[in-house]
Amino acid sequence: MTTTKEQPKQYRVIGTRPIRHDGVDKVTGRAIYGADFKIAGALHGKVVRSPHAHARIKSIDPSRALELPGVKAVITSADMPRPKAKMVDLGEGPMNALHLRNNLIAEGKALYRGHAVAAVAAVDAHVAEEAARLIKVEYEPLEPAIDVRAAMEPSAPLLHDDLFTDDLGETAKKPSNVAKHVCFEKGDVEKGFGAADRIFEGEFNAVMVHQGYIEPHNATALWNADGHLTIWCSTQGAFTVREQVAEVVGLAVSRVKVVPLEIGGGFGGKIPIYLEPVAALLSRKTGRPVKMTMDRAEVFEGTGPTPGSSIRVKIGATKDGRFVVASADMAYEAGAFPGSPFVCGMLTVFAPYDIENIHIDGYDVVVNKPKTAAYRAPCATNAAMASETLIDEIAEWAGLDPLDIRTKNAAREGTRRADGLVFPRIGFEETVEAARRSEHAATRLEGPYRGRGVASGYWFNCGLKSSVTVTVNSDGTVNLVEGSTDIGGTRASLAMQLAEVIGVDAEDVRPQVVDTDSVGYNDVTGGSRVTFASGLAVIEAGKETKKKMAERAAMLWKASPDDVEVEGSTYRLRDGSKSIEFKELAGKLGKTGGPVVAQGSVNADPSVGGGFGTHMVDLEVDPETGKVTILRYTAVQDAGKAIHPAYVEGQIQGGVTQGIGWAINEEYRWSAEGRMTNASFLDYRMPTSLDLPMIDAIIVEVPNPGHPFGVRGVGEVPIVPPPAAIANAIYRAIGVRLRDLPMNPARVLRAVLTAAGTPPEDE
Amino acid sequence: MKVHVRATINGEPVEFLCEPRPSLLEALRDELGLTGSKEGCNNGNCGACNVILDGRLVNSCIVLAPEIDGAAVTTVEGIAPAGGLHTIQQRFLEHAALQCGVCTPGFIVAAKALLDEKPRPTEADARLYLAGNLCRCTGYDKIIRAVLDSTNGNAEETA
Amino acid sequence: MALVRIPPQLRKLTGGAREITVAGATIGEVIDALEKEHPGIRDRVLEDDELRPGLAVAVDSVIATRGLLQPVGEQSEVTFVPAVSGG
Repeated sequence: MTTTKEQPKQYRVIGTRPIRHDGVDKVTGRAIYGADFKIAGALHGKVVRSPHAHARIKSIDPSRALELPGVKAVITSADMPRPKAKMVDLGEGPMNALHLRNNLIAEGKALYRGHAVAAVAAVDAHVAEEAARLIKVEYEPLEPAIDVRAAMEPSAPLLHDDLFTDDLGETAKKPSNVAKHVCFEKGDVEKGFGAADRIFEGEFNAVMVHQGYIEPHNATALWNADGHLTIWCSTQGAFTVREQVAEVVGLAVSRVKVVPLEIGGGFGGKIPIYLEPVAALLSRKTGRPVKMTMDRAEVFEGTGPTPGSSIRVKIGATKDGRFVVASADMAYEAGAFPGSPFVCGMLTVFAPYDIENIHIDGYDVVVNKPKTAAYRAPCATNAAMASETLIDEIAEWAGLDPLDIRTKNAAREGTRRADGLVFPRIGFEETVEAARRSEHAATRLEGPYRGRGVASGYWFNCGLKSSVTVTVNSDGTVNLVEGSTDIGGTRASLAMQLAEVIGVDAEDVRPQVVDTDSVGYNDVTGGSRVTFASGLAVIEAGKETKKKMAERAAMLWKASPDDVEVEGSTYRLRDGSKSIEFKELAGKLGKTGGPVVAQGSVNADPSVGGGFGTHMVDLEVDPETGKVTILRYTAVQDAGKAIHPAYVEGQIQGGVTQGIGWAINEEYRWSAEGRMTNASFLDYRMPTSLDLPMIDAIIVEVPNPGHPFGVRGVGEVPIVPPPAAIANAIYRAIGVRLRDLPMNPARVLRAVLTAAGTPPEDE
Repeated sequence: MKVHVRATINGEPVEFLCEPRPSLLEALRDELGLTGSKEGCNNGNCGACNVILDGRLVNSCIVLAPEIDGAAVTTVEGIAPAGGLHTIQQRFLEHAALQCGVCTPGFIVAAKALLDEKPRPTEADARLYLAGNLCRCTGYDKIIRAVLDSTNGNAEETA
Repeated sequence: MALVRIPPQLRKLTGGAREITVAGATIGEVIDALEKEHPGIRDRVLEDDELRPGLAVAVDSVIATRGLLQPVGEQSEVTFVPAVSGG
């Protein structure tokens, strides 16, 4: 269902639902994903990982492994060049080059269970596995820092003795696990709290969760004798892999070619590098291609989940339900090395609302857990769990409907955000209004232990750099060469924008994702940016194609290009005497100067085009077991303009489902020693088809002023509201407000029993 | 010592030698070049490696390769008729029931097994039957719709 | 003259002032002007003559994509913000 606000433009291709270009390959099993890639003579690599969360590595003895028939090489950190400890931005936000390298293979200390300490290459995967077990590593276990707040204390065990808190360019004198502090301030919070009729506050804890993509990480590397390195892998950003691998193996970027194969999900978790440089160094040492794949436990323990957090929020409101002041203290787990996306939590926590006085402190804290990575609107879901449930309390106190209190306080065009920027045209109010008018809202929910909850959420689209090339074929079709790896249908969404610009059908565009030698630079597929930012590059290339085609038509007619006008696919002289269709003109290029090739490249503005969502959920709590069953779910989202509405709905439904899993089941369970005790898909419980109803996605279209078609990024917003919406619904069902994630059966049952006056003795 | 395995895979007689320890998934992918079946977990939890073994839906990662001696196996590569698509595949495309697509082969095979058993499943039937297949992208909504919209035959139109 | 919004962490250097008006046609010139009035600011926002990694600057609420070369208008508002990407 699509609700269009403002005068809709008429499009031929945009807004239709063509079959995606890579579809047949994917339903027949022919699509080649990273692990499907084969190259003659390949060895298989395996990583040796630390069994301890925090330990000094005393020695590594590979001798027994090297004696095993079929074993070709073993590497440790000694085989990896050591870059200077400097901040670099290699496409994934700033990071310390030395930390990047030390996360790939530990040097001196292992900083989390699952941290790579060595790697082996052998003739096949089974021999490599056996050899990995024979590598003898001697550890001296150290006390781990596991809890984020405890890790901030001066008495906590230190992960890095050379890490000093950065406070916007000012560095602390003593080492600490707090890597960075950021602060936002707007208005005067002291005055604001004084003016509030009531202050609502709470502490909200969330544990680490994993992106849970079905395809494990993989990489095949060939370090050729000519000094050129080729890497085949599945990644969200081939160029990011190129930049990072070049940095850690000490090659110029032009010596590294990354070939992105099909990718089986990422959600932020396939931006960092893990196996790529390890396979590269094993290849250099053996002179043969080396293929590496992770098993599921390695994915959980050795790759980046998204941060757990401890968030303290206060919101002051007046009796009429107006928010006048808000503050937040947000501590996020960076994992073993600094660099969590904690700032995104700060930027989103109060974003949907126009609040005069705001103060936010955010902290990036290292703990002995895997280095965290982005996960779909990283850090925003944790933040919304805090602010959106307190808002529900305020609505109840003020006697307002949860949707009405959101409209009353909604951020609009011109509202100043906590970070000081002013919102351009945004569609938050429109999502609340569409939720109010939904069938779901019009239906009453009845029955014991049932409740309905509402929550909203925000995410920006991050802009960044994209490049594409368009070539016109003689049969009137066009090839679109792009570098944004396609995780969820972006070949289709980009091809459709090109088709719209040049007036052909979506099927007449052949989109291809190519390697880093074959297209201009592209930033990662992430930050809800591809359909928006790569779309801008495609539109630029499409316009350039039209201009060149018009020149060719002018040449045919011995006219000036200025006399040619283009409407859709028709090129004609202004006086109406001649006209030709794009397809026919394409057949005449050979005789009018040769091929037509056009390019587009952008560095897109990230400050426009943010998106909002408002969700409504009905659920039932089983008072005997504490199990929460989702009965009905409606997610409204402002997509700006839905290029391919079916894939926009799919993004919304997928994000909601991940949010539901995060809300009621998913978590890294830690032993006291810092060991993840549930590193399998059986024990790390992601939603299955049996756990869910259909998910109604309602698309609202408030055009993004920064994109010709009005596209807003849609991928990330839908994971933000679900935990808060579900917490609010659980409150309506059992009368208890839950503040910690996940709200699993044990926690919900405890709440039910406590409310009944019979609390259990222990969780 | 290598084991001699004779089986029928996607209707074709196949013979191969293998060590006793590889899984059927490894044999399919590494020995026979059938990489449509995917490894998501290698312990039977995700369904990305689903194949039909003598009429039963199984996770090929927890079947040993030598166990298929004498058996008939259908993989995702054997679902479509020559030059066309099976209805299930066509409906997956029409309903946009895939995003990254890595779980899709498992779902197609599982849906085929479901429709073999029950040509007109209800939504509840489909949700129960497909609960062994994890998808992290779609939220299952469009997958369930595609399956309920499928009949157990070849697509009337081919892509 | 551009209006610069001073982040809370730099207000010690500006004697608590939250907003400062300076002249400058580019972000680089604005930072030079700030440094002249409030020594120490430059080192907090720049590293190796570029914006510090992780820091971005917005002119009239549009994130600058040209760093220190970004033009600043006569009536512009300049805001330092953390750089973000996403999942």
